[in-house]
Amino acid sequence: MTWGRISLVVCVVLLALAPLTLSPFRLGLLAKYLCFAIVAVGIALAWGQGGMLTLGQGVFFGLGGYAMAMYLKLEEAGSAGLPDFMVWSGVEELPALWKPFGNPVFALAAVVLVPGLVAFLLGLLVFRQRVRGAYFAILSQALAAAFVILLVGQQGLTGGTNGMTNFTGFFGLDLTDPNGQRAVYAIAALVLGVLFLVAKLLVRSRFGRLLVAVRDGEDRVRFLGYDPALVKTITFTVSAVMAGLAGALFVPVVGIISPAMLGIVPSLELLVGVAVGGRFVLAGAIAGAIAVNYAKTLFSEDFAEGWLYLQGGLFVLVLVFAPKGLAGVVESVRERFGRKPVEVTA
Amino acid sequence: MRSRTFSRGLTALLLPALLATACVDEPGGGAGASGDEIKVGILHSLSGTMAISEVTVRDAELLAVEEINAKGGVLGKKLVPVTEDGASDWPTFAEKAQKLISQDKVATVFGGWTSASRKAMLPVFERNKALLWYPVQYEGLESSPYIFYTGATTNQQIVPALDYLAAQGKKKMFLVGSDYVFPRTANKIIKAYAAAKGIEVLGEEYTPLGHTEYSTLVNKIADAKPDAVFNTLNGDSNVAFFKQLRGSGITPQTTPVVSVSVAEEEVKGIGPENVAGHLVAWNYYQTTTTPANDAFVKAFKAKYGADKVTSDPMEAGYNAVYLWAEAVKKAGTTEVEAVRKAAGGITIEAPEGTTTIDGDNQHVAKTARIGLVQADGQIKEVWSSPGPIKPDPYLRSYDWAGGLS
Repeated sequence: MTWGRISLVVCVVLLALAPLTLSPFRLGLLAKYLCFAIVAVGIALAWGQGGMLTLGQGVFFGLGGYAMAMYLKLEEAGSAGLPDFMVWSGVEELPALWKPFGNPVFALAAVVLVPGLVAFLLGLLVFRQRVRGAYFAILSQALAAAFVILLVGQQGLTGGTNGMTNFTGFFGLDLTDPNGQRAVYAIAALVLGVLFLVAKLLVRSRFGRLLVAVRDGEDRVRFLGYDPALVKTITFTVSAVMAGLAGALFVPVVGIISPAMLGIVPSLELLVGVAVGGRFVLAGAIAGAIAVNYAKTLFSEDFAEGWLYLQGGLFVLVLVFAPKGLAGVVESVRERFGRKPVEVTA
Repeated sequence: MRSRTFSRGLTALLLPALLATACVDEPGGGAGASGDEIKVGILHSLSGTMAISEVTVRDAELLAVEEINAKGGVLGKKLVPVTEDGASDWPTFAEKAQKLISQDKVATVFGGWTSASRKAMLPVFERNKALLWYPVQYEGLESSPYIFYTGATTNQQIVPALDYLAAQGKKKMFLVGSDYVFPRTANKIIKAYAAAKGIEVLGEEYTPLGHTEYSTLVNKIADAKPDAVFNTLNGDSNVAFFKQLRGSGITPQTTPVVSVSVAEEEVKGIGPENVAGHLVAWNYYQTTTTPANDAFVKAFKAKYGADKVTSDPMEAGYNAVYLWAEAVKKAGTTEVEAVRKAAGGITIEAPEGTTTIDGDNQHVAKTARIGLVQADGQIKEVWSSPGPIKPDPYLRSYDWAGGLS
């Protein structure tokens, strides 16, 4: 067994032991970090492998999250009732947009398809026009800003700035009960594991090599007869679906979804985790997302005032001293002290 | 080979993060009232857009805790505040509330400002059967058994302001608000009132929180020529709105603006010269003349600086700590159900005057006050209700409000 395999096994064991050792509160926080880690896998794919600096993952996270929240709200309100926020927003009849979300199959399909479809159409439009680099980043960021304004403005449909909160059940699980919370954690861990493997297979495949080639020399790939726009669109779509799934899991884990989670700043925070961990290595991105969010909890609990400076300082330090993130540090340490590198430079 | 680095990258990276999470799981810090200390949670935004307002409430609450401790504490025990940052982010409020309850095991929590933060915390407190004291005027239509509301509900602020305008003969009104729950619900109530009392609503405009471009809106007001503007804008937006309103030549004499989210602290930010002469509606001003207020203003300035002002939400937060302390004394314990039972009818001589908890809806009876902003940034009371108004969050005692709740 290689060292990497061993550590993989250790991580799985640790994640499996967490429900036994952590209090329900801490376990809930870990489950939240895992949701962000799922987004990080998608960002590592799009940004690390594909060179698409996406500053708007919050949009897809939100689409998945709201689709899930709509189902849970309807489930709670029962067949005749309206979700609580509609009552105080003055909505008297269930809006047509909401009706199909009463069906769990439709809602779950929407969690995957809506972010995927939006990303696919957007990608097709944008990448065909050869929008890339900073222009793509700005565009994705503007999308996040617009999305938040849309959600806030449609208070009767979306709950406005409040978003949706007060969820008690999740597909028969009681979210107020520690066992229900453990089950939700297990689902989040499982989804992260599966998506990590999917991403890994994708990167190792022929498609993955093509993606890196597009990142490093888009025009050359085009001259070789491939369609870089399609490669990028597919990758962007996959990363959006991952963010959507993460958003859908976030709702039962944290118990609230609101526009405050989806705007420019939270989208950037998702990116920071990936940058700190190392965007070129999938596992690094996961570790970065968990570490950065864990640091956020730790700093804000121990230094309620000024924790943002600590968080910012950590980010600056990592980027100054390790531009490839923590994964880059591990790699270079290994190259210096570990086995001889396999690659031989010509 | 890149592929190999993926499994390798897992190494030292995930391990420390996971181990650290596991290690920190301290087994909770004992009960809220263990030993000779009682822990109380204070949960406001210390960072983000709401920090500028919420920090002042936190300061007032800490002052109350300090004063109570100086007088020997509660049940012979010292209060120990545990402060957390809600970061102007609603899920964070929910998370930190859970942390205060299950990790710190606080006896009660004082916190929140925006309705969104309260709505996010509500399920957490109800699920854990823990207590929250919420200190800000809000849109009503809520009465959680685990929340005490020490700010005004609509019948103690907005309805008296409307009565005042109607008595002044204002027949045409224009509604301006930030786009979130409080202004939208407030305007729903205002429109129901207007429809019943024959007042014409000429326009209803919302802008996003933090919006600063008001020339279009000011033009609309100038064209509509209302008798009064009802303003539920929040935060920074007020600065731009009042500056542009003044720039367009609309004066308080022709078109007074009544604001329900502009207090002494905000007047300082807007610049008194831009807002002087306009009206505000609250339950307390720094200039309110009661013995308790003299002491409160003096103590606040002594602790935080002579240039500090006191405002309604600060005073409501300060009261909350005292009201809770009195309820605990009466109950003889910090146990939540006992405190809830004891709280009904608790009365204190607060800076705003006599303040009594209503046992039915856990709101507080408060005197409504209309104030006129002065050139020096202070607010002069021009009208007040004859006595404290009984809280009625669902407006059940008003026949025009039948269809609202």
